[in-house]
Amino acid sequence: MYAQEVKSTGSKPKSLSSMSAKEKAFQEKIDRGQRIEPKDWMPEGYRRTLLRQMGQHAHSEIVGQLPEGNWISRAPTLERKTILLAKVQDEAGHGLYLYSAAETLGKSRDEMTKELLSGRAKYSSIFNYPTLNWADMGAVGWLVDGAAIMNQVPLQRTSYGPYARAMVRICKEESFHQRQGFDIMMKMSFGSKKQKAMAQDSLNRFWYPSLMMFGPSDSESVHSAQSMAWKIKINFNDELRQKFVDQTAPQAEYLGLTIPDEKLKWNEKTEQYDYSEPNWEEFFEVISGNGPCNTERLAARNKAWDDGEWFRDGLLANSTKNQNSQIAAE
Amino acid sequence: MANELPLWEVFIRGQHGTAHRHVGSLHATDAEMAMNNARDVYTRRNEGLSIWVVPSSEIVASIPSKKGPLFDPSKDKIYRHPSFYNIPVEVKKI
Repeated sequence: MYAQEVKSTGSKPKSLSSMSAKEKAFQEKIDRGQRIEPKDWMPEGYRRTLLRQMGQHAHSEIVGQLPEGNWISRAPTLERKTILLAKVQDEAGHGLYLYSAAETLGKSRDEMTKELLSGRAKYSSIFNYPTLNWADMGAVGWLVDGAAIMNQVPLQRTSYGPYARAMVRICKEESFHQRQGFDIMMKMSFGSKKQKAMAQDSLNRFWYPSLMMFGPSDSESVHSAQSMAWKIKINFNDELRQKFVDQTAPQAEYLGLTIPDEKLKWNEKTEQYDYSEPNWEEFFEVISGNGPCNTERLAARNKAWDDGEWFRDGLLANSTKNQNSQIAAE
Repeated sequence: MANELPLWEVFIRGQHGTAHRHVGSLHATDAEMAMNNARDVYTRRNEGLSIWVVPSSEIVASIPSKKGPLFDPSKDKIYRHPSFYNIPVEVKKI
């Protein structure tokens, strides 16, 4: 998902009987459905895993502004432009809610920024694909935000209070994102032949990368088992991917577009769609830095940070000066 | 990156006349910038009627590990709750 490869402790979750008294009390609190708050005692592994996940999630929101920001100046109408601007502004907001939730665990914003800029921290593979035509703004909203919602809705029940509360705010806003995307897709699909071809081309390019957003199958993963015991993760990746396919296939049909998968078919027996797996080799390439836009995305973030340095310094210098003159006056 | 902007906590009073509620935090150099950023980050959909911003360093919090001694004194004072008192059925409204 937005956090596709969250490594946890690397070992199986401990059984209640092998836990220390503190760990046991902590686990039982989670099992009762109670929230963990910033100053509560927590196992180091829980803190670390959460920070990794929230960091990846926040970075994804921030980098996720770039593929859409690319089209703000070229939106076809003033209305589309204002909508896209509002959406990109929301992504910035979502990043900030998540950074602020992560900061409650004692990691500074600058430290997290540094990890993103140096390439040490990951962000979702999806944002390393280019947005080549206007219909991509539709596909991104419809598919990418659609996939994000699948994952974010259950995260509102995650065990860490500040994270869960950030997710509540994010989910409220995310549904606008998906609808405006579908609205663009409708306009294009029901428009001229050329427009429809653009919409189809966009679906062709974004379908498999969207399926990859859920991450590879993890029903055997010890990392996921631990994260699920801690209620940092709520569903298996395949579970959410299936849900996404089942929801999206009829929508594509409505649009008169074809999902680029010959195997995609409703299965009467299982009462869900059969579908083809994305190319996982491609996924691992993209997530390890070799996707079509990884270099460009990181360069853009680094440039924004470097170009803003004089301004941040100026702000700080000004507020220090004001504080000093206040002291002098007193 | 030594010059991190100071952290502020943000409280919003919602549309329905409720008390100011903590919604999150943000970084800003001074109160004016904190207020502007709070508006942009936390009230993009008209969520608020009023905003408080407070430097995080100014907040004093109780210590979770000491919650025993802090809250225990109120635990054994059940007579503070109306349900402590038995009122006869004949006495209708009280």
